[in-house]
Amino acid sequence: MKLITAIIKPFKLDDVRKAISDVGVQGVTVTEVRGFGRQRGHTEIYRGAEYMVEFIPKTKIEVAVIDALVDPVIDAIAKSAQTGKVGDGKIFVSDLAHVVRIRTGERDEGAI
Amino acid sequence: MSKPSRWVCALMLLLSMPVVWADDAPASAASTAAAPAATEAPAAAAAAPAGPTEPVLVGADKISAGDTAWMLTSTALVLMMTIPGLALFYAGMVRKKNILATLMQSFACTCIVTILWWVIGYSWAFTPGNGFIGGSTRWLMNGMAFVHGDTENKLTVSHLALTIPETVYAMFQMTFAIITPALITGAFAERMKFSALLIFMSVWSLVVYAPIAHMVWEPTGWLNLKGVLDYAGGTVVHINAGIAALASCLVIGKRTGYGKEAMPPHNLSLTFIGASLLWVGWFGFNAGSAVAADGRAGMAMLATQMATAAAALGWMFAEWISKGKPSVLGIASGAVAGLVAITPASGFVGPTAAVIIGLVAGVICYVAATSLKHALGYDDSLDAFGVHGIGGIVGALLTGVFASKEISGSEGSVVTQLWGVGTTVVYGFILSYVILLVIDKTIGLRVSEEREREGLDISLHGESLE
Repeated sequence: MKLITAIIKPFKLDDVRKAISDVGVQGVTVTEVRGFGRQRGHTEIYRGAEYMVEFIPKTKIEVAVIDALVDPVIDAIAKSAQTGKVGDGKIFVSDLAHVVRIRTGERDEGAI
Repeated sequence: MSKPSRWVCALMLLLSMPVVWADDAPASAASTAAAPAATEAPAAAAAAPAGPTEPVLVGADKISAGDTAWMLTSTALVLMMTIPGLALFYAGMVRKKNILATLMQSFACTCIVTILWWVIGYSWAFTPGNGFIGGSTRWLMNGMAFVHGDTENKLTVSHLALTIPETVYAMFQMTFAIITPALITGAFAERMKFSALLIFMSVWSLVVYAPIAHMVWEPTGWLNLKGVLDYAGGTVVHINAGIAALASCLVIGKRTGYGKEAMPPHNLSLTFIGASLLWVGWFGFNAGSAVAADGRAGMAMLATQMATAAAALGWMFAEWISKGKPSVLGIASGAVAGLVAITPASGFVGPTAAVIIGLVAGVICYVAATSLKHALGYDDSLDAFGVHGIGGIVGALLTGVFASKEISGSEGSVVTQLWGVGTTVVYGFILSYVILLVIDKTIGLRVSEEREREGLDISLHGESLE
């Protein structure tokens, strides 16, 4: 089992949700986050006062998947979130030790 | 004498000054008042051959229903400029932790100036007195009457507005007295103690606003006798508030972290709504200053619209050219700068002059708010001086240039206008500075740094926005 965490452009969320549903993902957690990468920030000007906004808004999605789905989900996200411009985001994959479905008490792959 | 009590004494002395002037007044004022009033406005003389020089009781048949209807409307429009207009305009520009405190300042100002206007403000501003301040005959609005009679109703009218009830005139002018100190709050936003603010506004309203309004608008006022033109309060309201704003940010000092930390506006959509409400409300301010539903009111309304649009575009293009993007805050600020600048001129100028006044004000205020402030290093947080002070001065001087005899019956003169500007700047700055200094040395003007960092919403009012 893996936990796939992706940081994407906020307006790409709907496309990504559809793409991962299509490859069989049953659930996803979405969070509004801020951060910086190679895109860096941008400048805002209010009545001549310039502010460097260093952390820009992004959307974080977290998906827990069985091993067989790891590559299809990564591909789905990478394809659907891509614009080709700097700031498209990143995908992180990490091992997942345990999963529990709270309602039934099922564990691990059965709980995904 | 201990230090604090010395300051309290000084404050009391200051407060008592206008009373002394007022008591000296009647003898000398009565003799000088009659002559100018008689020659002043041909229209007023025609309506009332006797030409009253103080509020008088008249029959209800002397009242114009049309004028009264428009002035009731204008009064509501001008009150709307302060709450919620100005309150939202300012609240959108502060950080999230200070939004409620900023809204509170305008609302509290509305309440406190209302009471003071009833106590003595109206009387000091709009009853005959000496050249500097009016008398105290309308203390507690004493004598302002509407009397139901068996055959005829009688009521008092102001000598400045013969066709509407005095109650409506006093209310209309009250809304001007309310917005003026509320404008100053932009200068010391995000750091002033609420208690200090209430004291400052109360004292300022009586010792600065009332005398300046009297000097400029009441027929016995010396700037009025000099021929200074101020149709709707460019001098009385905007230069007056603007110069007090400059004094405020000099006395109170910069916000903690100013220049080092980012202080971007939290919600410019509030500012946008506020600026729009100000624009609409300003028709009451300027066209209402005709004190009649007539052709001159119409001309004032047209001039107001033209100048505002021109100034908004002027600021927007100036910003677009120099900073690369036309901003929402920019176009809204430009509109307010245009409204400020056309205030003294509306009622004296036509639409073409209004467009020129607006354009000039838009560009000059842009420079004042973006470059002058940073060059001189004071923290006029929401540009109360940059927009109202500078815009007011530009408008007052250009009124002297463009005043049309055809529209107003008055000749403009830049030199005469300079008397109005100079008097207000000097009197307003010195008095404001002293009042603020006295408050600072007694109860203190600023909140502690810890409270400032926490935000005024929580630390002063025990509330917060989420």
